[in-house]
Amino acid sequence: MHEMSIALAVIEQVERAAVEHGARGVESVRLLVGELAGVVPQALDFCYELACADTVLAGSTLTVESVEGRARCADCGHEWAVGMPPDLGCPGCSGARVELLGGRELQILQVRWAADPVLARADQEG
Amino acid sequence: MCRTVDLQQAVLARNDDSAQELRTELAARGTIAVNLLSSPGSGKTELLERELALARERGVPVAALTADLATENDALRLGRSGVPVKQVLTDGLCHLEAVMLRGHLDGWLPEEARLLFVENVGNLVCPASYDLGESLRVVLASVTEGEDKPLKYPTAFGLANLVLVTKTDLAAAVDFDQAAFLANVRRVNPGVEVVLTSARTGLAVGALLDRALAVLAGEPVHRPVMARPAGHAHQVPLVEHS
Repeated sequence: MHEMSIALAVIEQVERAAVEHGARGVESVRLLVGELAGVVPQALDFCYELACADTVLAGSTLTVESVEGRARCADCGHEWAVGMPPDLGCPGCSGARVELLGGRELQILQVRWAADPVLARADQEG
Repeated sequence: MCRTVDLQQAVLARNDDSAQELRTELAARGTIAVNLLSSPGSGKTELLERELALARERGVPVAALTADLATENDALRLGRSGVPVKQVLTDGLCHLEAVMLRGHLDGWLPEEARLLFVENVGNLVCPASYDLGESLRVVLASVTEGEDKPLKYPTAFGLANLVLVTKTDLAAAVDFDQAAFLANVRRVNPGVEVVLTSARTGLAVGALLDRALAVLAGEPVHRPVMARPAGHAHQVPLVEHS
């Protein structure tokens, strides 16, 4: 299970962004996960919660937006949902020049910082 | 302070960057890495041992690094070929990452080695997501595992540059449906080359070495559909919302 490594990579990047933005807490993190990314959202959620403990992300929620796998044939222009397990051969012309339009995403979309930055700043100074 | 920030960062960006750096470093010294993925017990070590011995016979300078959660058994087996071999213990981690691999190569990878075979942890799920800086990714599947492996592990098979079927000497005994297996591979990875091998009978032993040498010589590798995203997700500058 590599979801723990993925959770740790997410946390590391959000921690770095928190330092850059002077954020003291994180409310939520939005992820984009393609259905061909090889990530199990439930396992990721479980690992995320464990790995967030004692970090600036403690108590934050993880929202996963999934992206359907879609492909397009460069030869005949046919576009289709590849499904799972994916069918990546063009059903229209069996051409070999198929490109993936989406489905392998594994991206941090957005981070929402915890409220009350004024109080946080006062804490820092005091 | 703004409450939200659009990071738009690839989660595995750090691994992908390290992998690219390693690929460039290896290329600069005239070496390529070959990443071998399979489930446990697929016969990866057996076949690799034969390929390494053949490389030594032919005077091709190679080295091999093998990763496991525990035991040094594979390094002992591969070491019998007489080529430089290193065992990496991942301490429970189910896959290798580019930074880890790079650390293990430092001070070990012999200067003369032109091919570096990396035997990944036996697992068809997690290693698939991690680029190790390889120039050739090979997925192995034994006939005893069944024909539907490519459909069960589409990311692993879908990102392979080459597929090797192992233990084909057992095909009849386990009623291996070769046509079904090939159809399943082509479904997730149209156009990928599939080579039937047997370390026991010697069938196509040397195919892996030959393909790796061809890539080293600059021959283009098969680019899987899954590795061909139409629109790359570029890292965009931070956008803040208030």
